Amino acid sequence: MPLVRHRTASRLAAGLALSPALLVLVVVYLGCTAWTVWISLTSSRMLPNSTFVGLRQYASLMGNERWQVSVANLAVFGSLFLIASLALGFLLAVAIDQRVRAENTLRSIFLYPYSMSFIVTGLVWQWLLNPSFGIEKMVRDLGFPSFHFDWIVRQDMVIYTLVFAAVWHAAGLVMAIMLAGLRGIDEDIWKAARIDGLPPWRVYLSIVIPMLGASFATAAVLLATSVVRLYDLSVAMTNGGPGVASEVPAKFVMDHLFERGNLGLATAAATSMLITVAAVVAPWLVWQNRRARRAQV
Amino acid sequence: MGKLCDVSIRGVEISFGAVRVLEKLDLDVAQSEFIVLLGPSGCGKSTLLNAVAGLIDVQAGQIWIGGKNVTWEEPKDRGIAMVFQSYALYPRMTVRGNMSFGLKVAGMPKPEIERRVNAAAATLQITELLDRRPAELSGGQRQRVAIGRALVRDAGVYLFDEPLSNLDAQLRAELRVEIKRLHQRLAATMIYVTHDQIEALTLADRIAVMKDRVIQQLGTPNEVYRRPANRFVASFVGSPAMNFLPGAFAVKEGAPCFLTEGIAIPLSGYAFEAPPQDGAPVELGIRPEHVEAGGEVPAKIEMVEPMGSDQLAWLRVGGHPLSMRLPAEACTVAGEAMQLRLPADKLNLFDAATGRRL
Repeated sequence: MPLVRHRTASRLAAGLALSPALLVLVVVYLGCTAWTVWISLTSSRMLPNSTFVGLRQYASLMGNERWQVSVANLAVFGSLFLIASLALGFLLAVAIDQRVRAENTLRSIFLYPYSMSFIVTGLVWQWLLNPSFGIEKMVRDLGFPSFHFDWIVRQDMVIYTLVFAAVWHAAGLVMAIMLAGLRGIDEDIWKAARIDGLPPWRVYLSIVIPMLGASFATAAVLLATSVVRLYDLSVAMTNGGPGVASEVPAKFVMDHLFERGNLGLATAAATSMLITVAAVVAPWLVWQNRRARRAQV
Repeated sequence: MGKLCDVSIRGVEISFGAVRVLEKLDLDVAQSEFIVLLGPSGCGKSTLLNAVAGLIDVQAGQIWIGGKNVTWEEPKDRGIAMVFQSYALYPRMTVRGNMSFGLKVAGMPKPEIERRVNAAAATLQITELLDRRPAELSGGQRQRVAIGRALVRDAGVYLFDEPLSNLDAQLRAELRVEIKRLHQRLAATMIYVTHDQIEALTLADRIAVMKDRVIQQLGTPNEVYRRPANRFVASFVGSPAMNFLPGAFAVKEGAPCFLTEGIAIPLSGYAFEAPPQDGAPVELGIRPEHVEAGGEVPAKIEMVEPMGSDQLAWLRVGGHPLSMRLPAEACTVAGEAMQLRLPADKLNLFDAATGRRL
């Protein structure tokens, strides 16, 4: 009997210790999420009210041109950023894995951008890309007066400058993850491939990359979260401009929440983002879960 | 069948940075010969094998395979195949993919690849595993697949780098037989690295015992076992291990003998390679199965280890421990005294300073 009592006591203690975290989870995350969804169904403007209007906020959101630009921007940014960061990070890791000298220094240099916030990254790139004193000015001063690089002030190109900055920021992290994966590959596999007469690019493509599936998944998930959250980079680099050409959904939410005093529209936008993310993540979670269960069997 | 190739290693030296891992080494492997490089870890045996494969550059010397100088050839052009300790299978490919990928990249026509893979799989009895992935296989099956991947290359020389070291004892014995059968069937030249002296003794046509970057002895399993060239080879080969008694060489009334703590063991009949001087410090080596009961050497039984097929008795001769192999049915009791005979033709005498056979 004392054993049972002991077990009950320790379970109680564990429950007590976890309760603050549980409280925060329920009230802050779930509570606020639920509240946001509710507000999006009301006619709230500056202050929250409870006049239920159904999906009217969503209808006006879909018709909102700035929201449409934001969503399109996110799609372009997200896909380019993911592909470019994964590719560049992997190539950097492969380059560093060739037993180069000064490996530690190079690794630190490549990882360094990730230690900066998106705000700092955004400012740095805003300066670099500013036609009147950045790269364009520098190259012109070097004796190429016809050189043009003004993407940051062009509505059709500005979103790509955000991709540049974000890739510069994140490629080092991808490199670190990939390098750890590459280092985990048994050296005998490389030897066996050499005996088989496989050229190195073929080994990377057909053997190493498939082996790094978990590393790619980890990196992709980390990158994807920063895509959805994308806000500060746009604010610091372009403030959504020129015009609304570099607006993104998170910025749309923040602006309508705090500057334009349109709680209903802002929360409808936030809820749309939540639903989109859930639609992507839920099947993935189910798949992971099923795979884990199959691995147990 | 791949063409038959001999391998000749001529004055090969290898260093990693400032560390010398192989001292000017010569070794000739005949066509269809099975040679085992045996030694403790760090003796340079795997390095030598990797050099033959072309995975490590040599600093000096040449490697000839099939009458061709391949010292600077790429591994794929040397006509070799290799099996690794860690199997080194490509984890995301099926067994079939693992076996055929190299051939496919080399541009071999599909029917020929198919034929080779099926033939190798049949030989190794892994046909029903062809569509599985390495993760779904046991260690023994994985190593079979790795051997299969070597087989399809149809090479003249097969290199094995401790292929059985990751397997448990029973599987190891099973695959050992399989490899020996494979050698008989293919009649290919095989170079096999191991630290397991039983594998060496059972598989090899000749064993090269290595230590400290050089070959200590090169000979048939019988020679290495019966006439070890030095104390290291004597102690490394054989299980249970050889006994060593420190003492001195003496000539008594014209007959050579070995003296230790007042006990004299006659040496007449011992085939000396280099007879020592009277009074020289020497070490006497004798294998447990060569110690006989009923002689003039007094001993006391301290402990008995039953080993199933026989038993190992630990005795004390003078102050020195000595093991002796006894039939399983022999009645032995710890604490009992007995008389031993150490037959001179089964003894090994080593120089106490250099360890060289006398």
